[in-house]
Amino acid sequence: MFRNVAELVELAESQGKKISQVMIEQEIAVTGRTLEQVLNQMDKNLEVMEKAVERGLKGVRSHSGLTGGDAVLLQEYIKKGNFLSGEIILDAVSKAVATNEVNAAMGTICATPTAGSAGVVPGTLFAVKNKLNPTREQMIEFLFAAGAFGFVVANNASISGAAGGCQAEVGSAAGMAAAAIVEMAGGTPSQSAEAMAITLKNMLGLVCDPVAGLVEVPCVKRNAMGAANAMVAADMALAGITSRIPCDEVIDAMYKIGLTMPVGLRETAQGGLAATPTGRELEAKIFGISLESKK
Amino acid sequence: MKYKSIFDIIGPVMIGPSSSHTAGAARIGRMARSLFNREPKWAEISFYGSFAKTYKGHGTDVAIAGGLLDFDTDDERIIQSLDIAEEKGIKIAFIEEDAITDHPNTARVRIGDEIGELELVGISIGGGKVEITELNGFELRLSGHHPAILVVHDDRYGAIAAVANVLTKHQINIGHMDVSRKEVGQMALMTIEVDQNIDDAVLEELTALPNITKVTKIVE
Repeated sequence: MFRNVAELVELAESQGKKISQVMIEQEIAVTGRTLEQVLNQMDKNLEVMEKAVERGLKGVRSHSGLTGGDAVLLQEYIKKGNFLSGEIILDAVSKAVATNEVNAAMGTICATPTAGSAGVVPGTLFAVKNKLNPTREQMIEFLFAAGAFGFVVANNASISGAAGGCQAEVGSAAGMAAAAIVEMAGGTPSQSAEAMAITLKNMLGLVCDPVAGLVEVPCVKRNAMGAANAMVAADMALAGITSRIPCDEVIDAMYKIGLTMPVGLRETAQGGLAATPTGRELEAKIFGISLESKK
Repeated sequence: MKYKSIFDIIGPVMIGPSSSHTAGAARIGRMARSLFNREPKWAEISFYGSFAKTYKGHGTDVAIAGGLLDFDTDDERIIQSLDIAEEKGIKIAFIEEDAITDHPNTARVRIGDEIGELELVGISIGGGKVEITELNGFELRLSGHHPAILVVHDDRYGAIAAVANVLTKHQINIGHMDVSRKEVGQMALMTIEVDQNIDDAVLEELTALPNITKVTKIVE
């Protein structure tokens, strides 16, 4: 049983296994379920993710009207071919946005690791899929690899925005995605850990400040940037770049930053973007309340 | 470790928009429903911390009502749960509390009907995972590291031994156990942490024992 990223990488590398394999074996050992049961459940989760992306790419709108339609806009833009950053990265962003737009519309999604951050892992998975042509089994492994890193974060720090801010949600999701992309691209377990560390370092301090308390603004776009961050960090790690601060210490730093984050910036809709004039105006409009009562 | 399974991280499959404020809330509501053992006629739900500030935006009220109606996190009826509750004549009130709680996502759920009442406090710790910290005034000291069962029983001699005997028969090891009661001879609660998941058949066997009111699995 691994307790941190160092142990996870050591377990994998000493036995010549992939991170996903170590995670699958631990799941079987801890829950007493069979390999088939465990793989089947993940396959079902993958199916939910696929459907959410499909639905989002057709265009959805949330009840509040704050979010929806951006995944479609970006796909149309990609098709025109004049993009500047890169096709796979924009595809990942679009599919991350698609998932979170469905989530905001109270559609069915799979929390990875949370609902508010559910876009990043599937967004990157379905984008790199077009480049790496994985089998269905490898796509399932992607989720186990991502989950292995999320497991460490959840147990050693937090994956709750109310407890640790957005760095704990989209930050964790992006780190998980980066690590899984590296594994699918043929990188080593160490490189997965580096990708996670590089990603999370760039998400540290990110607050949770949802306008009107809705998982929409800025959550959808934070998933977009989480996906972009994960893609770039994965490429950096695959290029051989390492993090000077080890992955476990980055996770610990994230946890400690969360502990010192003011309550107003931890999913209370009291600070940050939620407290901007426009944020307050939107809140008043959505709930039909006067601005005075919120001050 | 609070999170044991990969499916705590990649999962649950759920109706949006928030794993802690929607799926977690639905699970707290459903836990109350399961412990109450029937559909309540009324519910009074107090939200604290982030729950109090953002419950409307996150659909926490809708989700917890869905849980009380026994809907799972991925049941699309959750969206209409307040209407469904109203149709069924269930009265639900939501209260925003100012008090500071240990955890920012805390809900106190009081439910009841003409026969009885139940009150529990649940916290939603992230990613849809929840813990019950209080039941009918009994503080629950669940580490969350192991599967656990709650046994509501009458405070009589032999009740504890009978439960332990059934677990022995099924070769289930007790890692930690807590017994508390309000007054001598009144309602009491056993909180039992075990090393492996317990089958529903074992729960049924425990429920059939004398002086046992209700048995519930609290951590899967």
